Amino acid sequence: MDAAQVKAWEARCTEEQPPACRAACPLRVDARAMAEATAAGDLAGAFAIYTTVVPFPAILSRVCDHPCETACRRAEAGGAVRIRALERACVEEAYGTRRRTVRKAYKAKRIAIVGAGLAGLTAASDLATKGHTVTVHEADAQALETLRHDHDEATLPHAVLDAEIAGLLALGVTLRCRSRIAAGDGPLGLETLIAENDAVLLSIGPGPAKAFAGALALGPSGRLVVDAETRATGRPKVFASGLHDGGEENRSAIAATSDGRRAAASIERFLQGASLTAARDDTAGTCLYVNVAAQAPRPPVVASFPDGVYSRAEAVAEAARCFPCRCLECVKACAYLARYGGYPKRYVREIYNNDSIVMGNRKANRMIDSCTLCGLCETLCPNDLAMGDVCLEARRSMVRRGKMPPSHHDFALRDMAFARSAEVTLARHQPGHAESAVAFFPGCQLAGSSPDHVARVYSHLCDRLPGGVGLMLDCCGAPAHWAGRETLDAEVRDGLVATWERLGRPELITACATCLVRLREVHPEMRVRSLWPLLAELGWPEGPRVASGRPLAIHDPCPARHDVVAQRAVRDLAARLGLAVHELGGAEHTTCCGFGGLVTFANREVADAIVDRRIGESDDDYLVWCAMCRDSFARRGKRAVHLLDLAFPPPDAGGDADPAARPDPGFSGRRDNRRRLRIRLARELWGEEPAATTDDPAPACTLIIEPAVRADMERKLILEEDVARVVAQAEASGAKLKDRTTGRTVASARLGSLTCWVEYDVVPAGVVVHRAYGHRMTVEAKS
Amino acid sequence: MSAPALGDLVCVACDRPLEVGRVVGSYLGQRFEVDLPRCPGCGFVYVSEELASGKMLKVEQALEDK
Repeated sequence: MDAAQVKAWEARCTEEQPPACRAACPLRVDARAMAEATAAGDLAGAFAIYTTVVPFPAILSRVCDHPCETACRRAEAGGAVRIRALERACVEEAYGTRRRTVRKAYKAKRIAIVGAGLAGLTAASDLATKGHTVTVHEADAQALETLRHDHDEATLPHAVLDAEIAGLLALGVTLRCRSRIAAGDGPLGLETLIAENDAVLLSIGPGPAKAFAGALALGPSGRLVVDAETRATGRPKVFASGLHDGGEENRSAIAATSDGRRAAASIERFLQGASLTAARDDTAGTCLYVNVAAQAPRPPVVASFPDGVYSRAEAVAEAARCFPCRCLECVKACAYLARYGGYPKRYVREIYNNDSIVMGNRKANRMIDSCTLCGLCETLCPNDLAMGDVCLEARRSMVRRGKMPPSHHDFALRDMAFARSAEVTLARHQPGHAESAVAFFPGCQLAGSSPDHVARVYSHLCDRLPGGVGLMLDCCGAPAHWAGRETLDAEVRDGLVATWERLGRPELITACATCLVRLREVHPEMRVRSLWPLLAELGWPEGPRVASGRPLAIHDPCPARHDVVAQRAVRDLAARLGLAVHELGGAEHTTCCGFGGLVTFANREVADAIVDRRIGESDDDYLVWCAMCRDSFARRGKRAVHLLDLAFPPPDAGGDADPAARPDPGFSGRRDNRRRLRIRLARELWGEEPAATTDDPAPACTLIIEPAVRADMERKLILEEDVARVVAQAEASGAKLKDRTTGRTVASARLGSLTCWVEYDVVPAGVVVHRAYGHRMTVEAKS
Repeated sequence: MSAPALGDLVCVACDRPLEVGRVVGSYLGQRFEVDLPRCPGCGFVYVSEELASGKMLKVEQALEDK
């Protein structure tokens, strides 16, 4: 896979972008994670998250000017989450549980910090935690003098400040108050500090900075000249915080804390000999998409205590107002994307890693083959990321390198080969015509599911359209495309073109939404149109209808999610049959039935989860216009009716037909239907008797199979004709086993890449099949 | 209906009960030896459904993902 393309795909998924609250916080407090923990009742866990980045939680939870709340997206739906109040509730609950550890530095350094304001003490905390020896010099009688002046005792009690300072001292920081550092090389001189320490941080305001004029460069306003990004002064070893970067005066506690942290990070880099500027992640802002419109407004929880401090229960309730901010638009809508516990950006990375493995297990193979390629994610994604494109490219790459697990698509490709075989394909001009203005291309699944509808729609088109209506029973090659088989895909394309040219290049009319998309994509030279708008133009033929007395919910096939013309035509056609139809969230957001992308072969569980989720959207019968959708719903026990079931009921059913109860024909049934359709049409319309079309016809053998055994075979992708071959081979060769207790015969045969086993009894009426299963491994007795 | 028990299975061609013996399994170019029931006469190897859908399937999948 192309690394640049992979990066471009990853960049489209915003899920790993920070939530707005975190992006707005200078310390990047993960308020979303805190709210999630708090909402779950884990205030101690939330406190632990808070203190991973906040050095003085009792102070900031009281006096932070909470830029997070200004950015909070909940503001658009009832009011911003009271994040600072949540932080305060966590501090009230868990402050006593805080355990701070000091890392053992590989090589501890000595650092002097001048100024015991919030910035200086933050730097002291950060550097002490890293194992360095830190001494803070404060000119005043006590630390945090500014905070003591700026806030009243009720807001920020001195006892709280003293407790935070005590916690800092417990880390091993030395605090020297009434220790005014001056210029020069006296005992408290700057030059002495520089000489005796590995780094010096001047965390002082603009006023005291003037004392160092001459020793350090001062700007026009009397501030120290420092690098805004690194807080380095012009002198080696000397850094400065204290709002010297010339920015707007901002005495907020969060800004001071952030300022001290930035300086400490630079000092740490300097002490390690690392670049002060490389890979500093200072990017603010976020492009995380959040569907706020989907959220019902909810006002903030009002604290019952007059001081505005939340009780535990109030904090839990307020935290539950956090959405939390995530995109996951696609994951919420797709059972496949939800299945693997992640989101597209992570999946793209996993898929790329899977693709890049030289030795070892490719753990994402099945995940890659479990996407239906239905395009719903792309429709929902604010940046149009299509996981189907990612998975399809990964599949192609797997095929190119010979790494595609054979079991994932073998059956589907065999089925496609059958649908393209002479046994079931047909291309003819309309009887009595030497040319075809148009040709009906029903698609292999309609022929497999309800062959009579192919015959009757064809007859209807012949009645209504001039110029000759040809018929092309064939496969569009979608399975090869979905399986990532580019060579096979091209082979199908060339075969179709040859057939189409033999028919005189008619315009194709297809009943299948997948065929329509594939033929248009692969064959720009062909004119291809959907059957449904044409039927809406021509009208239904005269004849009996099935009056569906039940309400119907319409399910559109996923390849037609953007085909508004066909969608309208189908609804119009339904209305003309007198059907009352309601929507399932709209055609654009329709889901796959689980067949797309060959998921039903590569990962039946995911296919079932996808179709079951769709089934769960309404108890009403579903009205569909894709044969595969109908059979997929039927397979999972959902009553579903094809539009053609209602317009063309079985001639002998009268008014009692219940087409929504028609069972899934299954893979064997679909094959038989295709065979019979070809024989019937060739005979009835063109007077042709079936000739031997294959060197290896299924043995004529009457199989008697209980429904439970049949369903089991269907799940295992074992065809009745496979079973017939095993039985025929065993009976002819005598190579078989006998169960002495039950009298049953057990036999196997290698069919392609599968060894198929059958347990059976031969009875006068045929062969009773008790069990069938298969494996891909070959086994031979060691000679 | 339970699967046939090993002691009940007889090779029809040789009229001999199956016995467990050394068998070579192959898949995707990998070969390995296992003990499985087979006819001591003609070497017809029996794979039960339990084996095919259990251990054997796991090995097949592991090899496919290599």
